[in-house]
Amino acid sequence: MNAQAIIRSIEAEYLKSDIPKIYVGDTVKVGVIIQEGGKERIQPYEGTVIAMRNGGIGETITVRRIFQGVGVERVFLVHSPRLAYIQAIRRGKARRAKLYYLRDRVGKATRLKQRFDRPL
Amino acid sequence: MSVGILGTKLGMTQIFDESGQSIPVTVIQAGPCHVTQIKTEQTDGYSAVQLGYEEVKPKALNKPLLGHLAKSEAAPLRHLREYRSAKVGDYQLGQTLSAEVFSAGQLVDISGKSMGRGFAGYQKRHNFKRGPMSHGSKNHREPGSTGAGTTPGRIYPGKRMAGQMGGKRVTVRKLTVVRVDADRNLLLVKGAVPGKPGTLLNIVPAKVVGKS
Repeated sequence: MNAQAIIRSIEAEYLKSDIPKIYVGDTVKVGVIIQEGGKERIQPYEGTVIAMRNGGIGETITVRRIFQGVGVERVFLVHSPRLAYIQAIRRGKARRAKLYYLRDRVGKATRLKQRFDRPL
Repeated sequence: MSVGILGTKLGMTQIFDESGQSIPVTVIQAGPCHVTQIKTEQTDGYSAVQLGYEEVKPKALNKPLLGHLAKSEAAPLRHLREYRSAKVGDYQLGQTLSAEVFSAGQLVDISGKSMGRGFAGYQKRHNFKRGPMSHGSKNHREPGSTGAGTTPGRIYPGKRMAGQMGGKRVTVRKLTVVRVDADRNLLLVKGAVPGKPGTLLNIVPAKVVGKS
């Protein structure tokens, strides 16, 4: 077994198998596990996926939302055990891989067209 | 204190601990190492254990080395390294040491040859600032002044200058062993270690000043 195969086999133990297919432009709901005073609860975070980064166990998605008039972007490590779930709520139509142009837009202009050819 | 072990750097990845935090780890193929010689006070004037690592074809070694290894009935091994130890009685000739000599949570010192960067300039080697790139400046990556004038009339020793960077032995101290895979002789160590994947590493229990 070569070095890469060994590293991949170690990563395989930590990879989640139940991750749904997510595309750039989708609106997703992410359940973040939050610890407060010894208690755990799940806080949902909803927004548009504006970027994805592949990389095996280091795979991330960047989710953008407008919260109280302020743009918030969070980068989630997809395989992290601190994420309870990831759901696609709406499939969006995007013509590029990174939707950074949404940062310069406000209000109605930030909407993406919905697409129906991909199942939720 | 137990002796160390030799290993090969395989590469880096990240894993998650019980609380869900991601930890950057280096995967190291540690051992198996064979005890090829035991040096004692009576025979050599000091006590140490010599370990051999990485099996090779017999034609890769010369006859004196093969003869030396034949004494411990070890296979042809590329790397030999000595570890000073007062308790050489715990080791037998021909014994195999594996990654199990370490346990999860233990602190280790790891040394190896760092990545070679060749003859590097001031900015890369010593983090000097750059000169202006425009406005008529021709001083882009130069060192600036290296000292005073007629007095002292020389450059003081130790002045940081361009030269060979990397490719020398570096030790990273007090790295935590995150996991030990005894079946495959793997060590997962938190943080980075010197060199590229494939580098020979020397892994020893952490040397703490004032202890051991």
